[in-house]
Amino acid sequence: MTTRSSLLITFPPHIRDPQSTPRIMLGVVVALLPALAGAVYYFGIHAVRVTFFSVLFCVGLEALIQKYLMKTRVTITDGSALVTGLLLAFNLPATIPLWQLLVGAVVAIGITKHSFGGLGRNPFNPALVGRAFMLASFPVQMTTWPIPMQNLWQAGADAVTGATPLGKLAEQGVDQVPEYLQFFLGNVGGCLGETSVLAILIGGFYLLSKKIITWHIPVMYLASFTLFTGIFHLVNPSSYADPLFHLLTGGVMLAAWFMATDLVTSPVSRRGQVIFALSAGFLCGLIRLFGAYPEGASYSILIMNAFVPLIDKLIPVRKFGKEIRYG
Amino acid sequence: MRRDTFPLGGVHPPQRKYTADRPIIALDPPAEAVVFMNQHLGAPAQPLVQKGDQVRVGTLIGRSRGFISANIHSPVSGKVIKIEPRIDISGYRRTAVVIETQGDDWEDSVDLDDTPTRKISFTPDKIIKTIESLGVVGMGGAAFPSHIKYMLPENKKADTLIVNGVECEPYLTADHRLMLEKPDQIMQGIEVMKKAGRISYALVGIEANKPDAIDLLAEKAKFYPGTEIRSLRVKYPQGAEKQLIKALLNREIPGGGLPMDVGCIVNNIGTAYAIYQAVVHHRPLVDRVVTLAGSGLKNPGNYRVRVGTSVREMLNLAGDQMPPDTEKVIMGGPMTGKAILDLGMPVSKGTSGILFQNRRECSSGPSLNCIRCGRCIAVCPMGLRPYLLEKLCRMKNFQRAEQERVMDCIECGSCAYGCPSGIPLVEYIKYGKNRVLEIMKKRREK
Repeated sequence: MTTRSSLLITFPPHIRDPQSTPRIMLGVVVALLPALAGAVYYFGIHAVRVTFFSVLFCVGLEALIQKYLMKTRVTITDGSALVTGLLLAFNLPATIPLWQLLVGAVVAIGITKHSFGGLGRNPFNPALVGRAFMLASFPVQMTTWPIPMQNLWQAGADAVTGATPLGKLAEQGVDQVPEYLQFFLGNVGGCLGETSVLAILIGGFYLLSKKIITWHIPVMYLASFTLFTGIFHLVNPSSYADPLFHLLTGGVMLAAWFMATDLVTSPVSRRGQVIFALSAGFLCGLIRLFGAYPEGASYSILIMNAFVPLIDKLIPVRKFGKEIRYG
Repeated sequence: MRRDTFPLGGVHPPQRKYTADRPIIALDPPAEAVVFMNQHLGAPAQPLVQKGDQVRVGTLIGRSRGFISANIHSPVSGKVIKIEPRIDISGYRRTAVVIETQGDDWEDSVDLDDTPTRKISFTPDKIIKTIESLGVVGMGGAAFPSHIKYMLPENKKADTLIVNGVECEPYLTADHRLMLEKPDQIMQGIEVMKKAGRISYALVGIEANKPDAIDLLAEKAKFYPGTEIRSLRVKYPQGAEKQLIKALLNREIPGGGLPMDVGCIVNNIGTAYAIYQAVVHHRPLVDRVVTLAGSGLKNPGNYRVRVGTSVREMLNLAGDQMPPDTEKVIMGGPMTGKAILDLGMPVSKGTSGILFQNRRECSSGPSLNCIRCGRCIAVCPMGLRPYLLEKLCRMKNFQRAEQERVMDCIECGSCAYGCPSGIPLVEYIKYGKNRVLEIMKKRREK
């Protein structure tokens, strides 16, 4: 009756958007390249060293864990460990010792990602947990900042170190800070990938143009952060720096465009994302102005990561058709 | 002209309407017709013929059974050689009448002329009776028996007839060609439908990628007061009736509701033509326009083909054959159509297209973990959370799936289309919907 056939039977739809998960991850990597270029420009061989080993550790650990510990398919080709490696490096000072970097990578990939089930299942941003763990464990090395454009290509030489603008602000007050244009370009002390606002913005707009992220999280995060720091500046300009200073310094730009927008650890709905970003921006400002640390970007996101399941559960999606009338 | 669309969700798959400029070619009757008794939504028809019976084109061979059901007429003339269960498009065995074709001899009652000249003097009841007796069903894909839409309950009233010329599925161009080649017939069909529904206002929704059809019908509409042609911004799934009503009238059908709950009756362009043929020329629904598409075909195009013609025979009649690198054959469009097991599958009243995909074109492969990107939520035209529904259905938590309004899902496939991890979201949601339906039925019986 019917001839044998080898036709493929699958459920509809039979066509797919070419935007796949590996492509998204690759897009994020491309978007991080300007910041990487900035890091290499300002911190030279030290930036190359940290970035290379961070990526190597993260990707290598993921492969080892999946192959020998979990005994599952190795999925390093999806690119997510590569992104984590880059982001972890971008959140560290260029002078960080390699063994400490390895500890950070173990925490990021081993504990934060794979003990929760791997890609898509981790409640917290792996790179940020890695960084937070390192900051708590190695407070000296994690807050020793190389000064940009010094001893760039001398691998053996110690980098010349100094304070970040936020550190100066915390210690010396509003007047003791360098030029805003230098902040914007990235010619300041700080973590590898966070100093050049220009490079981060280029990457951020690339993410927007490729539709990997929407504007909701970065814009809302920066808006609430600006509003919070702006109010205090208006009330008392002599003890609170202006919002532009806050926007251009520290990790807030990297956080807004690359850390808060992490698909896995942010809410799934647009409304949820707006609430998440507004709250995180507020927390970041709160920690900066009143916390023990000069910078609050990574903690603001980690704290809000914890609320994502609640936001996803409580914030309704706009539904088609009002009442329900089945049965 | 206003250019509207529905506001919530939607995707923009590549349109690939390569056959839009290929005129409809009528194919000869097949050597053998396989006519399923369940080509429509609802109860299958009761076969009225036996093995050995002689039939003509248009002979009633299956009688509607139950309220939601439809008559089936013979699409060819010849001899009934088998009545047996065969695997149909759903994958189940269903009763099919197999007819060996001899000549092309039509029932005397059928008027083979297609000129839209006659004045329609029927009463609404008579029109509905004719639609019912001649087996007209929705030609857009779901094949819902058309007459039922016009039999509104006492407490419902429709003020707008919506005619669906959207054809939002990629590749398909059958409705587009019909609008270009049979505009007068379609306009007259709309008049008949307005009369049947006692409605004075009709809105024809056409997506802006068919400007020639919009212009042509708008020109014709000048002579048909109460019929308006509306251009719509291209977005999938605009051809879904809930989205179409929203786009045209800004009315939202409540969950579990029907178009009549917001005063509408929705019919497809192909249905308008079929209703015209039935009411004006007493021609039963025995053939339809099918788009034949696929990059490896020699003669892709739009073909008027008899119901019951197998895909293999349709290819032969069109002077073509299955491309050697074919990986998948789809009946319907690529977003909601079904993959078929072999080329013996016959065209039915609801078949809008046949699409051949090679290995490169068909998306398959293992799915990755959900990365919670939220794209499925952003594109869902019903405002659901597909990633959550898929999980709930997979975990068999049907109670929560029902609370999350799984039954609102229209199975348009936008979520799975957009999923970067290639998760077959619709598959589990469909399964869950079936189970929830059973649970609701049991609850009602208590």
